[in-house]
Amino acid sequence: MDKPELIIDGKRLDGRMPDQLRPIKITSNPIRNAAGSAYIEWGNNKILAAIYGPREALPKHTGNLNRAVVKCRYTMAPFSSIEEHGRPGMNRRAIEISKVTKEVFENVILLDLFPGNEISIFVEVLQSDGGTRAAGITCAAVALAASGIPMRDMPYAVSAGKVGETIILDMNKIEDNYSDADMPVAINPRTKEVTLLQMDGALSRSQVTTALTMIEKAGETITKIQREALLRPYEKVSSKYEASI
Amino acid sequence: MNISTITEQYIRDRIAKGIRDGGRGLLSFRDIAVEVGKIPNAEGSAEVNMGHTKVLAGIKLGVGEPMRDKPEEGTIMTGAELLPLAHHSYDAGPPTAESIELARVIDRGIRASNAVDLKKLFIEDGKAWNLFIDIYVLNYDGNLFDAGTLAAVIALQNTKMPRYEDKEVIRENLQKLEIQNIPTSCTFAKVADTILLDTDGSEEDFSQARLTIANDENAVRAMQKGLMGSFTVREVESLVEATFDKSKELRQIISKSRVD
Repeated sequence: MDKPELIIDGKRLDGRMPDQLRPIKITSNPIRNAAGSAYIEWGNNKILAAIYGPREALPKHTGNLNRAVVKCRYTMAPFSSIEEHGRPGMNRRAIEISKVTKEVFENVILLDLFPGNEISIFVEVLQSDGGTRAAGITCAAVALAASGIPMRDMPYAVSAGKVGETIILDMNKIEDNYSDADMPVAINPRTKEVTLLQMDGALSRSQVTTALTMIEKAGETITKIQREALLRPYEKVSSKYEASI
Repeated sequence: MNISTITEQYIRDRIAKGIRDGGRGLLSFRDIAVEVGKIPNAEGSAEVNMGHTKVLAGIKLGVGEPMRDKPEEGTIMTGAELLPLAHHSYDAGPPTAESIELARVIDRGIRASNAVDLKKLFIEDGKAWNLFIDIYVLNYDGNLFDAGTLAAVIALQNTKMPRYEDKEVIRENLQKLEIQNIPTSCTFAKVADTILLDTDGSEEDFSQARLTIANDENAVRAMQKGLMGSFTVREVESLVEATFDKSKELRQIISKSRVD
């Protein structure tokens, strides 16, 4: 397969500029049974995240008497990819993504408050178009905030990549398939701590810096969208009351 | 106070004073010893001893099918086994998230650096070489990522390439597998808010955050942050710099262990 031109006249195949995010829409609490949940449409990605707990850690040996444990399960629906039918459940990639996602949230949840308990984070990718782990983390952060479980920050995640020598933000699947580097990052926006960082491909030292700067800038937008998703249901209620007064 | 809190206090106090086992610096590797070709039955093999961490990498090549989306390339598959004999906390059973992460991070460094030209592993329509890299952890004392990558790269660099003739795999009088790039990895961990290179097992027990950076001479090729702690953007950038410095030592070990 020949590599398609991914950037023509400075613009990407979907018309975006190198440092431009795809459109992101987040809805909070779509799943009634969960303690908190969120649904994200990030470009063509469609992802649900739901939180269960804090609840007794089971089986018992998975718990920790000093703090809550976080469990995370990231899975892709077998129909989620534009390519062939996938196998449901956990493959090796999914196990790794579940692990790094779990670590992002262990960093921000006030675990000491719930000894012996578990907090389960389920991330279900219904449709995928590149950058699902970042979108999943961004979505799960909103779900956690919506659940009311105390956190010291609401992380966001996004990836940067490289096409030729151009650093681009938030790659979609086609860009990802033909890119020269991919670097998903999660950051706590309040403290700017990096809690997820993965990378493969080739980046020079200065390109790593460029990519990180681009990600931090995009973080401002993503954080805003996350906060709006949390506020929206309450705004609706208040405007209704306002009209009736 | 339980035993682990006492140990933690001890480790923290020592690191605060800049003291590590063997008197090494915060950003230095333990002594590294390499044994090449330990398993003659394998196409390539190498054992790396990094302090008390002992890792064996074995390379096998078999004739199989190309991946469906890359019909003109061979494949690489990397596995990692945390053997129950290597540490009291390792159990027999299905692969854990830890062993899968280890295998995938090592795989990513090797793959992203194009160490092996996958096009050269193509045989004919529907047939290609499958290259298996198996990382066997024989004794755990921290930093499996760097020891595993080092063992895999040294084993690859001394791998004999079988031939496929008349539908048979021939494993005699072989040429070496061509390696086009040498990746290495440096893993840093934050312990007691201090950043250390190449943590041993007891330091790793109390690590807050971990960052593995794989690079070649020119570029960063793979990165993976682990554990629940964090790094600042500034720290990430400075560790990328440190990696380019420290990786020279590893590259020297690799070049010395080439058997011609």
